Amino acid sequence: MTSLPTHLEPKRLGLVIDLDICVGCHACAVNCKQWNSGGVAAPLTDLEPYGPDPLGVWFNRVHTFEVGEGETGRTVHFPRSCLHCAEPDCVTVCPTGASYKRVEDGIVLVDEDLCIGCKLCSWACPYGAREYDYDAGVMKKCTLCIDRIYNDTLEEASRVPACVSTCPASARHFGDLGDPGSAISTLVRERGGYDLMPELGYAPTNKYLPPRPRRTAARDVRASTELTPAVAAGGGGFLAWVDRLLSG
Amino acid sequence: MHPALSVIVFTTVSGAGYGLLAWVGVWAVAGWLPADRGLAAASLALSLGAITAGLLSSTLHLGHPERSWRAFSQWRSSWLSREGVSSIATYAPALLFAVGWLGIGSTGGIWALFGAISAVGAVATVVCTAFIYQSLKPIQRWSNGWVLPNYLVLSAMTGVLWLIAIMSLFGMTDGFLALAAFLCIALAAVLKIQYWRFIDRTASRSDAGSATGLGALGRVRLFEAPHTSENYLMKEMGFRIARKHAAKLRMIALVAAFFLPLLLTLAGLLMPTALVAPFTFAAALIAILGVLIERWLFFAEAKHTVTLYYGAERA
Repeated sequence: MTSLPTHLEPKRLGLVIDLDICVGCHACAVNCKQWNSGGVAAPLTDLEPYGPDPLGVWFNRVHTFEVGEGETGRTVHFPRSCLHCAEPDCVTVCPTGASYKRVEDGIVLVDEDLCIGCKLCSWACPYGAREYDYDAGVMKKCTLCIDRIYNDTLEEASRVPACVSTCPASARHFGDLGDPGSAISTLVRERGGYDLMPELGYAPTNKYLPPRPRRTAARDVRASTELTPAVAAGGGGFLAWVDRLLSG
Repeated sequence: MHPALSVIVFTTVSGAGYGLLAWVGVWAVAGWLPADRGLAAASLALSLGAITAGLLSSTLHLGHPERSWRAFSQWRSSWLSREGVSSIATYAPALLFAVGWLGIGSTGGIWALFGAISAVGAVATVVCTAFIYQSLKPIQRWSNGWVLPNYLVLSAMTGVLWLIAIMSLFGMTDGFLALAAFLCIALAAVLKIQYWRFIDRTASRSDAGSATGLGALGRVRLFEAPHTSENYLMKEMGFRIARKHAAKLRMIALVAAFFLPLLLTLAGLLMPTALVAPFTFAAALIAILGVLIERWLFFAEAKHTVTLYYGAERA
């Protein structure tokens, strides 16, 4: 049913991506591709993978932007994937019931057996989270690694999305954004986490943490012109007695 | 947005078919529709043929056309599903109307009622088509109040031009229908020009700054794309058309969809009965060509917010 559930459980699983830390290594995108090529949405078809013009399905893409000018300018690496919105129009426009939002954790998924490949959901997503698999004729998207996060056969530490587990800089965090006390909700509060394109009203679950304010002037760290005496003159104790003895 | 030929043909051709169906339905209710079986056969064949051809054409762009029956299930939330339900449901009153008009040779009484229901179904289907586009918030050039009136009036305009053409084939003329055609052409031209003024003058809601949330730090521009070759998103949503080409095509669309059909219909009115048909058919055909160009532009000029992640500064 592509009507949004009228009642959602409070649990809202999602990602928090720290744009201050991301180094743009694309490891999250590559590990996502690797895991999901064998996961529930498999295969993530690549057409002409070794040709001059490869065309493939990826759930995670890392864009790099330049922001600002001159000495305040900076490079920001920007991983982009499904935000598992609270108001996902990609779900409501689906004519077949293939797209749905899970009641229990808010994850947005596609049932590939119902999908007719009309591509309307990809038009309805402002963020470009859905990609059409030209070979399978159906739409594919990030599953928040639903086959990892609830997978009892994995070690508990591995029950996080592939992108999170592989990030070498710990720029990606996974958790329950519906719980104000969770570690990632605290992170969002403390670092001023924000929504992408809030003006469109999709209420994304995933949040982005802004780059920290940039230092434009170096702090004065020159060496002092005078050496501070190791022991203040006129003090008491054994060292002061030695000082007095040697000075006298 | 990528102008997919199957969708452009569908919306134009079936739009004309529904327009034609609506006009014969309304004319039957008004008691002005001649109970002529030849006219019935030609009008219903063209109308239902265009609708059916358009619907079949729209399934060509599906990844799994064999599952398209599933698209009738989500009418509670999806305009595409509503369009499917409405389009199929309209066949029922239209075929009953055909029984009366074509089979029995009557357009009054209960048969006029079926004509009225067909007209309601035709209008409802075009409304659903328009709302598929108008409800897409990531595409501001579609998500505005000009889209629905444009779709409705263009459908009515092409429909009435075809009805006039078919009637002239049987030596019939109808002054009210000609008047309706002039009104539709004038209104459609005004609405299309207003739509173009709107999309040219309205600032976009979203820009690269809001798409990345980095706007407060300064101007945001793409430094490095995530991939070296095109992906689905760029093929489907990244279509761009040069402003000068768009301006030329707009002029061609205005001339073909509105100006020439108006002149040809007027000229047809002044001709002796035997010479009317070539003019009215030319008007209807050129109008379809004009609306095809207009529909192509409707897609080609639409900008999707995903392009903000691929170097566009506004969308």
